[in-house]
Amino acid sequence: MGAAPAPRDVTSYGMGLAAPLALFFLVFFVAPLLQLLWLSLHNDTAALHWGLGQYLHFLTDPFSLSVLGSTLLLGAEVTAVCLVLGFPIAWLYQRVGPKLQTIIILIVLLPLLTSVVVRTFAWIVILGRQGIINATLQSLGVIDTPLKLLYTQFGVVIALAQVQMPLMTLPLITALGRIDSNLDDASCSLGAGSWRTFFRIVLPLSLPGVIAGCTLTYAAAITAFITQSLIGGGQMLFMPMYLYQQASTLQNWPFASAISIIFLLAVLAVVSVFTTLGRLSRGYGGA
Amino acid sequence: MAEAQGGRSLVVDAVTHRYPSGALAVENINLDIKGGEIIALLGPSGCGKTTLLRIIAGFIAQSQGRIIIGDDIVDALPPNRRAVGIVFQNYALFPHLSISENVAYGLAARGIDKATRQREAQRLLELVQLPSMAERLPRQLSGGQQQRVALARALAIKPSILLLDEPFAALDKNLRLDMQIEVKRLQRVSGITTLIVTHDQEEALSMADRVAVLSHGKLEQFGSPSDVYDRPETLFVNTFVGSSNRMPGIVISADRTAAKVRLDAGAEIIARPAGGTLTEGGRVTVCIRPEHLQFVGDETGFAGVVGMSLPLGATVVHEIKTADGSGVKVSQARIGETRALENGAAVRLAPLAASLANAFPAII
Repeated sequence: MGAAPAPRDVTSYGMGLAAPLALFFLVFFVAPLLQLLWLSLHNDTAALHWGLGQYLHFLTDPFSLSVLGSTLLLGAEVTAVCLVLGFPIAWLYQRVGPKLQTIIILIVLLPLLTSVVVRTFAWIVILGRQGIINATLQSLGVIDTPLKLLYTQFGVVIALAQVQMPLMTLPLITALGRIDSNLDDASCSLGAGSWRTFFRIVLPLSLPGVIAGCTLTYAAAITAFITQSLIGGGQMLFMPMYLYQQASTLQNWPFASAISIIFLLAVLAVVSVFTTLGRLSRGYGGA
Repeated sequence: MAEAQGGRSLVVDAVTHRYPSGALAVENINLDIKGGEIIALLGPSGCGKTTLLRIIAGFIAQSQGRIIIGDDIVDALPPNRRAVGIVFQNYALFPHLSISENVAYGLAARGIDKATRQREAQRLLELVQLPSMAERLPRQLSGGQQQRVALARALAIKPSILLLDEPFAALDKNLRLDMQIEVKRLQRVSGITTLIVTHDQEEALSMADRVAVLSHGKLEQFGSPSDVYDRPETLFVNTFVGSSNRMPGIVISADRTAAKVRLDAGAEIIARPAGGTLTEGGRVTVCIRPEHLQFVGDETGFAGVVGMSLPLGATVVHEIKTADGSGVKVSQARIGETRALENGAAVRLAPLAASLANAFPAII
């Protein structure tokens, strides 16, 4: 009998298996991105003259800068709302029985199971002048004239927060689930109350999940074209719509490309801040 | 500050706990523990010992009964107000805090200022012989070191009771002995009433002043290690603590101190009636430990055939097949060149003394 063949190392992998996906990305992601970059480096709409004019235009134009600023601010607000509302849900999930856990997961995932357009129109029904909120408040006599909820920053933030909530809650549930429940008991037995235990133990140890959730929510919120434009209406302009107008309505492709690249870099900058924080906090996660 | 605090007493008064499903976790447990004692809660997994520990710590509210620490009934107090120190099985050190922050955690929760906290943490780290580890993170320490930190952290709050949940289970054998000695030393120094939950009978017998043996949520026996080992009150205690041969037989005559039993293996022996009165003609189970059986040359004792001999270092264990078909183990001290018994050799066996054979009424 010959020697048995050496067992295959299960951790070894063949790069070849990734080739189809790599090719797909190369053709449908990298190439268009390069085309976008190429296009943005032209000063005229016909893309004949090279130059940084589009970038200079954006960076010196107060209107463009204010659109970028309000988009980044919108992302921050949505992320904050999702974190504040999502954390208690994730915390609750780790402390209830399996039946309630199923219900919570269902509620958390439900937004993902319906179309963004449907969810957004639901919010229009809720927030509108004759919507559910205004009708209820008026019939209770709390207000006389309808509140302006639709086409406001507040409305956009609330609708986006609901739409993007799963992206925050799911990483938080995972992160909180990794925390040894004995740590709670240990903290408590050492004399710490619930708040101290939360701020000194639970919150720091859930940071990797907080950062993952914030990154996902932020990126999703600032690029949410449909919800932003339907709830925000015509008065509020955010980067995705600005870009769409330049490209589609005004046919100014080089400027639209420059907006895309600037927006991409701005998002990457924010995301890299998050991931750097994540890497620093991963020091905790080990146990 | 004085290290020895005398230790407060702990009374577990008729504590019963039911799970929400209605199943009994622990049933009518009574323990009267003096200040400064080390007590072991010994039992197989699922016997309710951890539930009892969590009741004492305040993490579970018992269905019935009271927990009294010192002069105070603590049932209404949440865990963070009971001043009970706990060392968890997995140590449960805070992974994101340094060793010294871990030790000082309880002091910070009490609002003690930073300088005092650091001084106290350093003093405790010296007590557990880890003074140079203050700035490290828990994962940079070995299992034994982590356990010392967990002890220091629990001791930092000057607890009235110290609870150790399977504290040595995760350590390898040599380290376990070192840590057992260490814990016993720290307990002596601090004088804190200590409760150790364990399934390891050697650990319970070697560390504790008294051992409480639990089975299926009931207290089987609460006594000194020698009581539990030498004078077990129930068949469970006799077989769970140490190893024991169980030999069925019939009572020929019995009074309160001695019983004459005819073993099914074919001999009449005198045994100690343990755990209840024995009736003449009743079936009994006689427990004799392997080290309490001896080979006899004459026609006394019962006959058997050698099945196997296992040299286990300091002792040799022989497996003997008896006339009724059951097997018994005999352990012999290895003195000089202990005679190896040949497979199939006919031998006769008898207990060393009547007090070393315990007769329990057979459960029908």
